[in-house]
Amino acid sequence: MNPADLHAMAREEQARQEALRCRIMVCAGTPCLSAGALAVLDALRQAVEESRLDAEIEAVSTGCMGPCSRGPLVKVAVQGKPEIVYERVTPELARQILYSVVKGRRPPTASPLPPDHPYFTRQMKIVLANCGSIDPERIEEYVATGGYDALAHALHEMTPEDVCREISASGLRGRGGAGYPAGVKWNLARKAPGERKYVVANGDEGDPGAYMDRSVMESDPHRILEGMAIAGYAIGADQGYIYVRGEYYLAGRRLEAAIRDAERKGLLGSRVLGSNFSFRIDIRTGAGAFVCGEETSLMASIMGRRGQPWHRPPYPAQRGLWGCPTLINNVETLATVPAIIGRGATWYAGIGSTRSPGTKVYALAGQVETAGLIEVPMGTTLREVVFDIGGGIPGGKRFKAAQSGGPSGGCIPAEHLDTPLDYESMERIGTIMGSGGLIIMDETSCMPDVASFFLDFCRDESCGKCIPCRVGSMEMHRLLRRITSGTAWPDDLRRLEELCDLMGATSLCGLGQTAPNPVVSTLRYFRHEYEAHIRERRCPAGRCTMAAEQEPGPGGKALLHAVGVPGEVG
Amino acid sequence: MPVITLTIDDELISGREGETLLQVIKEHGISLPTLCHMEGLSERGGCRLCIVEVAGSPRPLPACTTPAREGMVVRTRSERLENYRRMLVELMLAERNHYCAVCVSIGHCELQRVAAEMGVDHVRYEYLSPKLTMDLSHERFGLDHNRCILCTRCVRVCDEIEGVHTWDISGRGVKSRIIADLNRSWRESGTCTSCGKCVQVCPTGALFLKGAVVGEMVKDPTMLARVLEGREKKEWEG
Repeated sequence: MNPADLHAMAREEQARQEALRCRIMVCAGTPCLSAGALAVLDALRQAVEESRLDAEIEAVSTGCMGPCSRGPLVKVAVQGKPEIVYERVTPELARQILYSVVKGRRPPTASPLPPDHPYFTRQMKIVLANCGSIDPERIEEYVATGGYDALAHALHEMTPEDVCREISASGLRGRGGAGYPAGVKWNLARKAPGERKYVVANGDEGDPGAYMDRSVMESDPHRILEGMAIAGYAIGADQGYIYVRGEYYLAGRRLEAAIRDAERKGLLGSRVLGSNFSFRIDIRTGAGAFVCGEETSLMASIMGRRGQPWHRPPYPAQRGLWGCPTLINNVETLATVPAIIGRGATWYAGIGSTRSPGTKVYALAGQVETAGLIEVPMGTTLREVVFDIGGGIPGGKRFKAAQSGGPSGGCIPAEHLDTPLDYESMERIGTIMGSGGLIIMDETSCMPDVASFFLDFCRDESCGKCIPCRVGSMEMHRLLRRITSGTAWPDDLRRLEELCDLMGATSLCGLGQTAPNPVVSTLRYFRHEYEAHIRERRCPAGRCTMAAEQEPGPGGKALLHAVGVPGEVG
Repeated sequence: MPVITLTIDDELISGREGETLLQVIKEHGISLPTLCHMEGLSERGGCRLCIVEVAGSPRPLPACTTPAREGMVVRTRSERLENYRRMLVELMLAERNHYCAVCVSIGHCELQRVAAEMGVDHVRYEYLSPKLTMDLSHERFGLDHNRCILCTRCVRVCDEIEGVHTWDISGRGVKSRIIADLNRSWRESGTCTSCGKCVQVCPTGALFLKGAVVGEMVKDPTMLARVLEGREKKEWEG
């Protein structure tokens, strides 16, 4: 296949879709599937078949449409009319929707999300542009949206230097969380001397409550393949690996199918699009270790070794997989690449804030009216995300904090609601952008308990290579458990802070270095909650069950008395 | 190898390119505490005791895995570093069951020595007191998981020097354990050559000779160097 064939394929699919009267799309992302989307899809397909309308109406399954907590979602696109998304669709409702479309009426009982709902209007979709509107299992639909155009453009009209320059000029920063300038990384890998080079897409997202990468892999797999192929061309690699988290079965399956289709069409494999560039992609599946999201552990895992970090330098761009220069980017970073190459660095750099250009995908979760997947320009404030897009806190409760960046991040309290969400601003208030998980908490959340949850996660996920993380996380979790059960002593807080400092300063990899962050940031903004647990033995949020009438240890009573805890000195 | 110049503890010191900071520091007679490092084995960077402060780096760096570079300004001692090192040793002592009084390596144990040198006379953390087993199936050697600090010197010597890779680690975090082959008992291991190198390089009483008393259980710190030197001189090639 050469670029002309690609354009012919795109035109053919566009014509096919334009000939339809209506496309009814059913979200088949993991959240909607678990809410029963398959039954909805079957009911629709059956109804279309029964009414003999298959020539003018098609029912397709797509990837994630966004407002996951309202699933199963169905999107109706009638020619010449705005698209309408229906929420919580049952098979019965789906049939109703179909019949009303045929008759040109509104379905009587289905509840639509209006197209002007802030959930849709406040977003700007670049990475998620096709999510929820194309069938991820049909390569034609991706090509019809202009897919693989950027790759053709790069291969036939740009040199590898040009591609790297474009990525640098766009200001794109690593979406895995660290925010390292992608252009710098690409250039390092391009200039590194080596017979073989590799491109790796990191899809091992493991933060609790985060599913940005999963949605992109499930909903628009070809975008990632295209981004990887462009990266391969830019640095001179002929082999790519996608490291998919083992729990993401559906994402892995759809990526596999996408790779197969792309190879059949000559968009991957040898002599891509009639050029001299050859590029193969393979999938490697993780086995459920959070630390394998850390780039050096990830490479160890790809090579079939124990998933443990090794020290940097040498950096992967110098010596990575099997000692060869390796470019590792997060799935979302690579999914941004086709848009940048296709529409130009200037366009991309003009979006978002100056030092953090572009958009960011977030997984909005927790106590928020509409939880789901969103993409907003960098620098959008947390208030806009929670109250405009997410619809605020359910049950009329007060917003207390948002945890960003998962177990490596921190919390953003109510007084910082107007913080723009970009790398620098978030770092200033003691948290990180992270990979894009945003967990919203209301007044019923107890902050030491939240910190304890994340620390427990890191304790469980520590690989055990270095002492501060292996034992430090365990000891910290024990201290936090004592605090949340009302059995802590006043100097436990000092011990906790010492351990935070030790782990952050001396751990080997990012997992250990950032594991104390949830504790540090909740201590920064909610220290009074810790003190209430320790000094007054009460949980201000009413979540922790304090040990009743527990006996302090030897000297404990006198100690408690000394610090002003009521009780007799025995 | 080009010569490079570094500033270590306010002194100008020369080293060779390609050396680690630890090598340069040791060559100049400055002592740094180490536990997972061993001359002749690959570096692991796991115990973090050899951390040093390097100008320009916000975090202290482990000397064993940091390449020495021209113009580096390094500090090997400071209140902050000493404090971190003490905490690290305390964490190690709290992790398993290090009761020196009943250990065959008492007085010859590197963990004990490092703790004593740093003045660790109490542990401020809760002892985790895991219930761990011993493997006494091998006819000559024993393995006591309670005293293991997971430095992996045994794993590395078995893989890199003896070349059989009997030892490795199973599990993760505090549940990590040294295992033989794919978790067999030591006696049943199909790869172990009973060479005893792992016992000699183990810094604590985790690997020991069965039936040895404290006076006999002194590990030979020169063993590895002699083996490597002999190989270089081809002493054993008939």
